[in-house]
Amino acid sequence: MKLTISRYNPEKDKVPYDETFEIDDALIKHDTMLLDVLHLVREQDPSVGFRFSCQEGVCGSDGMNVNGKNHLSCITPISTLSQPIIIKPLPGLPIIKDLIIDMSLFYQQYQDVDPFLQTEPLDHEKEHLQSPEERAKLDGSYECILCGCCSTSCPSFWWNPDQFAGPAALLAASRFIIDSRDIKHIDRLKDLDSPTKTFRCRHIQNCTDACPKGLNPSRAIQELKSIMLKDL
Amino acid sequence: MQKRTNVNLDNIPTQQFDAIVIGAGGAGLRAALQLAESGHKIAVVSKVFPTRSHTVAAQGGINAALGNVTPDNWQWHMYDTIKGSDYLGDQDAIEFMCQEAAEIVRELEHFGVPFSRLDNGKIYQRAFGGQSQNYGEEQAHRTCAAADRTGHAILHSLYQQNIRLGSTIFEEYYSVDLLKAKDGAISGCVVMNIHNGEYQILQSPNILLATGGAGQVFRTNTNAGINTGDGLGMALRAGYPLQDMEFWQFHPTGIAGKGMLMSEAARGEGGVLRNALGEAFMEKYAPHVKDLASRDVVSRAIAVEVQEGRGCGPNKDYVLLDLTHLEDKVVKERLPGIRDISITFAGIDPVEQSVPVFPTCHYMMGGIPTNINGQVIYPNAQGQQETVTGLYAVGECACVSVHGANRLGGNSLLDIVVFGRKAALTISENLKSHSAVHLEHDKDSLEQIRTRIEHWHDSSAKEQTNNSEQNTSDNVTQIKKDLQAIMERGCGVFREHSLMQKALEELPAIEARLQEVQLSDQSDIFNLERLAAFELENLLAIAYATVTSALARQESRGAHSRIDFQERDDQAWLKHSLYCHQTRQLSYKTVNLTPKTHKPFEPKKRVY
Repeated sequence: MKLTISRYNPEKDKVPYDETFEIDDALIKHDTMLLDVLHLVREQDPSVGFRFSCQEGVCGSDGMNVNGKNHLSCITPISTLSQPIIIKPLPGLPIIKDLIIDMSLFYQQYQDVDPFLQTEPLDHEKEHLQSPEERAKLDGSYECILCGCCSTSCPSFWWNPDQFAGPAALLAASRFIIDSRDIKHIDRLKDLDSPTKTFRCRHIQNCTDACPKGLNPSRAIQELKSIMLKDL
Repeated sequence: MQKRTNVNLDNIPTQQFDAIVIGAGGAGLRAALQLAESGHKIAVVSKVFPTRSHTVAAQGGINAALGNVTPDNWQWHMYDTIKGSDYLGDQDAIEFMCQEAAEIVRELEHFGVPFSRLDNGKIYQRAFGGQSQNYGEEQAHRTCAAADRTGHAILHSLYQQNIRLGSTIFEEYYSVDLLKAKDGAISGCVVMNIHNGEYQILQSPNILLATGGAGQVFRTNTNAGINTGDGLGMALRAGYPLQDMEFWQFHPTGIAGKGMLMSEAARGEGGVLRNALGEAFMEKYAPHVKDLASRDVVSRAIAVEVQEGRGCGPNKDYVLLDLTHLEDKVVKERLPGIRDISITFAGIDPVEQSVPVFPTCHYMMGGIPTNINGQVIYPNAQGQQETVTGLYAVGECACVSVHGANRLGGNSLLDIVVFGRKAALTISENLKSHSAVHLEHDKDSLEQIRTRIEHWHDSSAKEQTNNSEQNTSDNVTQIKKDLQAIMERGCGVFREHSLMQKALEELPAIEARLQEVQLSDQSDIFNLERLAAFELENLLAIAYATVTSALARQESRGAHSRIDFQERDDQAWLKHSLYCHQTRQLSYKTVNLTPKTHKPFEPKKRVY
């Protein structure tokens, strides 16, 4: 099996270059994941850089661009990929080393939408009630693992990362806007109501296509837009 | 030998904080939140971005006697936890945790955790192993859940609250070792910026270790790759003991051969374990609560079924977790995460087919000994327990001993938030009475760390300068794999003297290889090989602690199950073990059997 991996070490490389690794097919089983294969690559060359943590698709560390599409390597079966497998870092953010990107901007966008529940002061003796129907509205928005696969596949993000909030941050914003317990509904909407922050989204669906958790940021943004039209 | 890097620790950047939290999982972030809210200048050091911490993978839920589904009170929870611990848990600590539970879960809800809901709007609670009403009668529904993504929901909410308060987080910084002052007080830590390999000293009179577990010491485990026991290694090297390291929980239902976790919530929602004959075999082992017996009991039952030839599959080496009789809606709404994991990793939709499962290393009950306030304690020369000035530990890396010899499902998320908050309150109290005084580091303490760091820088330089004679094909990855295999053979679900003895005899060779191994990555930017070497030193120390403690304990208690000593022996072994790495010796301390407000629970035979 052949993998072409984008390499870049700023200590010695001016620009990224491709390096091809060969892995013995005997080491690959039908259910081997891409992350397992990357570990085998690192046995050949321990300097190959990629992040990983949970290895089961819940922590979001190992987002990367595989054969042109963003994936989490730990839940991408090698059998689903056509060869040679071409692996690059998630696009649109600075590369630190090999497949490791600098996600500061992505995290900043997330922080900028005030992604925390805001309520009146609450009594610790009492639960903050929410009906099953109200809670069900959060399904599809709270499960985001901040892997960055969506935002880094979005052309609006590539072109205006300083202005457009990006699908992950907007999904987080919508998670709080639709939470029956949050009291900053209107303020949150006002903050996002700008031609660039939210309305730069053109709904080309790259984010939804890329989300390894099956979430639909594009639909969440669509709903945000309609709520703005209705409530502001 | 030519040195490539001269690590100068004398003139490296130093920053000062009122308190430093090392680790940004649930325990660390809960503590950080408390400290930031109290207005202290704090730093959180994490080797990964906070939401990558292993808390994110916790599935089933968090226990609290809210009584939303079945009648409940904290005293019943306390009884279940003590019984679950096989009476090794400290009763004062368990009492405290269970008393705090309801309030701290409501607090999490107020922080934004999207708990699943009951029709009346209250938090949904499910049945979980080892939970009962009225001191051992009917099954209790005590485990508060956000579908089966409770850890994710809690970790993200805690991170979000830290964003609200603007906590300073050193993301992707690795804490190498603790610094001590002349009088032995902890005065700071040396950290490495993983992005560029630069070292820094973070100075503080209050250091809280919240570095999580070390399941990577076993080959098949449910743990994240980052769970390498870094806090434990730091504590051992600073000269402090580890407590109860023989107790490792094997979760009954890891996906066979892989280890990904199928949450206990699957059985809580009605899932049943079956052997090759299709028998729901737990009836034989725990007639009363069957599949919801405590984890050690279920893990042993599975291992016995397989040993006796009733395992499933071509190699008869696993059993089946059957959810097919449940309504599709239950699986899809209450267990969406494990359905995903099962489809992804086993190719099986649990709605249609049973899932192959086998016990898998999951949780470390032992750790750095602390008191209820989160302060690290150690026995002084007179054998009395003394606190280490400036050092605190919480969460899986700590052993306040609420889990004793076996942890009940739903108690680990509770443990991290209860003691995360408590330790932070203790630190805050200290800071109120006297503001942070930064002590000068002891030269020897700094020297020790320099030697360790230089070793790993030199060992990459060696490869460059020496010829291939000395450059063997050995590498950090291979040594780690061999260590994991030794531990799995020697200290698995069932243990026996000769197997553990063999493991102990194999460890020095691993240690020698690790001393000698050369690193091939020369870079200072994201040098993951160097990081893995630091981590492996921690795992190796943990392996020694585990095998040494396990070999000595001649009884079966909780997760420590010996073929050659099948009964629990309260006369000789109702005590905590303490392992010291410098001497590789054990000492012991008594179990606290005197809770503050409740009458003590006398040890009795544990039946489910």
